[in-house]
Amino acid sequence: MPMPRLRLVPTETHWPFMRWRNFAFALTAALTLLSAGAMYVQGFNFGIDFAGGIVMEVRTPERADLGKIRSHLSGLGLGEVALQEFGSPNDVLIRVQRQEGGDEAQKAAVDKVTAALREDVGEGISFRRTEFVGPKVSGELIEGAVIATLISLVGIMLYVWFRFEWQFGVGAAITTIHDVVMTLGFFAVTGYEFNLSSVAAVLTVMGYSINDTVVVYDRIRENLRKFKTMDLQALIDLCVNQTLSRTVMTSITTLLALVALVVFGGEVIRSFCASMIFGILIGTYSSIFVAAPLLIHLKLRRGGQGAAATTDQPASAGTA
Amino acid sequence: MLYFAPWKIVVILVTCLLGILFAVPNLFTREQLATLPGWMPAQQVNLGLDLRGGAYLLLEVDLEGVQRERLESLVESVRSELQAGRIRYTGLGVVGNAVQVRIRDAAQFDTAREALNKIPQPLSAGFLGGSGGKDVQIEAGPDGLFTLSFAEQGLKERADAAISESIEIVRRRIDELGVTEPSIQRQGADRIIVQLPGVGDPGRIEEILGTTAKMTFRMVDTSPEAIAGRTPPGSMLLTSDTERGADGKPRTFVVRKKIEVDGDELENAQAALNQQTGQWVVNFRFNSAGGRKFANVTKENVGKPFAIVLDNKVISAPVIREPILGGSGQISGNFNVQTANDLALLLRAGALPAPLNVVERRAIGPDLGADSIRAGWIASVIGFALVVVFVFAAYGLFGLFANIALVLNLVLLVGLLSLLQATLTLPGIAGIVLTMGMAVDANVLIFERIREEQRLGRGVIGSIDAGFKRAMSTILDSNLTTILTAIVLFSFGTGPVRGFAVTLMLGIAISMFTAIWVCRLMLAEWVRRRRPRQLYV
Repeated sequence: MPMPRLRLVPTETHWPFMRWRNFAFALTAALTLLSAGAMYVQGFNFGIDFAGGIVMEVRTPERADLGKIRSHLSGLGLGEVALQEFGSPNDVLIRVQRQEGGDEAQKAAVDKVTAALREDVGEGISFRRTEFVGPKVSGELIEGAVIATLISLVGIMLYVWFRFEWQFGVGAAITTIHDVVMTLGFFAVTGYEFNLSSVAAVLTVMGYSINDTVVVYDRIRENLRKFKTMDLQALIDLCVNQTLSRTVMTSITTLLALVALVVFGGEVIRSFCASMIFGILIGTYSSIFVAAPLLIHLKLRRGGQGAAATTDQPASAGTA
Repeated sequence: MLYFAPWKIVVILVTCLLGILFAVPNLFTREQLATLPGWMPAQQVNLGLDLRGGAYLLLEVDLEGVQRERLESLVESVRSELQAGRIRYTGLGVVGNAVQVRIRDAAQFDTAREALNKIPQPLSAGFLGGSGGKDVQIEAGPDGLFTLSFAEQGLKERADAAISESIEIVRRRIDELGVTEPSIQRQGADRIIVQLPGVGDPGRIEEILGTTAKMTFRMVDTSPEAIAGRTPPGSMLLTSDTERGADGKPRTFVVRKKIEVDGDELENAQAALNQQTGQWVVNFRFNSAGGRKFANVTKENVGKPFAIVLDNKVISAPVIREPILGGSGQISGNFNVQTANDLALLLRAGALPAPLNVVERRAIGPDLGADSIRAGWIASVIGFALVVVFVFAAYGLFGLFANIALVLNLVLLVGLLSLLQATLTLPGIAGIVLTMGMAVDANVLIFERIREEQRLGRGVIGSIDAGFKRAMSTILDSNLTTILTAIVLFSFGTGPVRGFAVTLMLGIAISMFTAIWVCRLMLAEWVRRRRPRQLYV
């Protein structure tokens, strides 16, 4: 007796995605502009990995008096000091801007803050985390992050180009860049700290998005050989509909896992996982509404791999 | 598709069993592991510093400091050679990366050249057999201007030696401090990564690593000029951190630049409580060569003060009352129990060839690490439960197969992490949870394809067969691109981010095995035994 199945997408859909593409392009363009604008106007809230400086996480025996600690630390002459409650009223995250004068100065500032906190809170304080990054290292980390992102991008483009035709490679690259810009925009808009794990999040989103895009492209390639005379727009619609159920399923399982991480995984990785959730939604959207219709505009040639044409019924079926 | 070659079945089952075997040690405590039979693997997943608590220090060797110091000592060599040859000179000093001196008397140019030529030493022979290069190059300019600079090759050798030596000294100091399982590695041209598990507050260690600990024994300048408060050439003005003058400010000493005995020649040093004065002191003993030198110096200078200098600070400047012939002595300089022990440790471990700067520090307290592990566990269990329930609800029996494959995926991942001794970090746990979500993708692709094939009117076996076959290239393409970004992430990232890349990469790679092969084997068995007439995917 068949058990009822959870179906998020009807078994067979014939949604005219490509007819909506101009609307989708407008939406995409608006969101991209919004992202770029936010990055330009608001900029990033760079963490110490990239900006240098000091981060400390302390736990106090009683509810922390942020006002008192803030005024004490601000009086130390260390420049900008930011305090925030971190997960519970007893946990405080302290950020101190990069100190002028090299690595020694960072260390001296850590000592000053430590002493000031001991004085304010008493011996019951516990230093759960102390990090500082000197100016030279943070500069190198920025460089590394940019290079890593570019290498991934080029690698993906080359791989897709190699496995498909050039239009697919270009389409995948544009889609990926779109997703990266949007995820970066998410960081700018929300003001989430942008640090090394954020770069990891961006790269993961990149990996996920390309994964999703490739699934749709794969089907387009397959159907191009199968239905030689079908109009490209109709064909792409068919492919997106055929893969829609899978696209939604995989997005949901991945999102379920990420939601568990955001809710239960602790403060340290919360923004990391939240940005991935956003990125995966965007990646799913873009594989349908950016990657697929781009092929129409890139004037994908028909019958490019006609020699490898197969029929719908492979001879080997059912013989295993 | 129902037929699996026997060897294939064996390979699949053996791989799974091995994975489980390597994963099992993680269920036990370390004590329990010790009691297991020897053939059982006993390696557990290596927890990163962010999970077990500990300190990560990135140290930079100040090679410019080494260069500066060498130039200064070159100046001293030039001075003493010229003085010995009674050659009159002017303008001796460091200019850029070289030492310059001008000989006043044209008649002495040749004698000066001869005298200066004594300074360069042959470079250690390279693997090309050494072309007789010298470490210092001398250029004679017009009107008696001599420029001495270090040979390029020698500089590089020196820098490399300075780094290896620094690593050695850092290791010795950390061993003396009793940190368990420290990891000390070279990074890049002039950096050292020090990882100290369990050290939540590395302040003291940083202090000890940041001290060059170059100890020298020199004579205090007692010439009339120095007593009058001027610093004659060949001497230098040093302050003391421990001794204060009558005005309460740190005392200053005019000390001769010439080093009588170097701290390198110390053989041992121990902190001790002086029973008579009740003060902490450091007892030291020279090796035989150092002892001889020390004996000679003290013999010749009875009644004069000498200075014990550590990193250009005078620790104490006692007057030599009688020759010290035994090669051992005592330093007293207002120590307390900690400073005396630290100094003794530094002297035992030896001086750094160059100053070390901490350029990055990340210290995690053990309780934060424990909290992160707990949070990671809870998130993993809940994430896993959500995915499993959802997949079962969507695919029924097939979903059950996919879930078994997923469990196996996780077990194999833990086993592989243990086997490779890869480091698991908090983002790494996030990588595992993310893998759970993404690993199902392969099965989703296959199942969706099977559904489609069925709708096209294929039979049970035909649909399953076509589903696997058609989904294959898609799975390969999509996973390879993800793995590609994970590899880039791994090679660029540090610490925690690397942990993320590792689990994501391995998790997805393993999913290709479990979701395709293991799942297919289960399906084949099921079809063979039940002979279903219709599939409810």
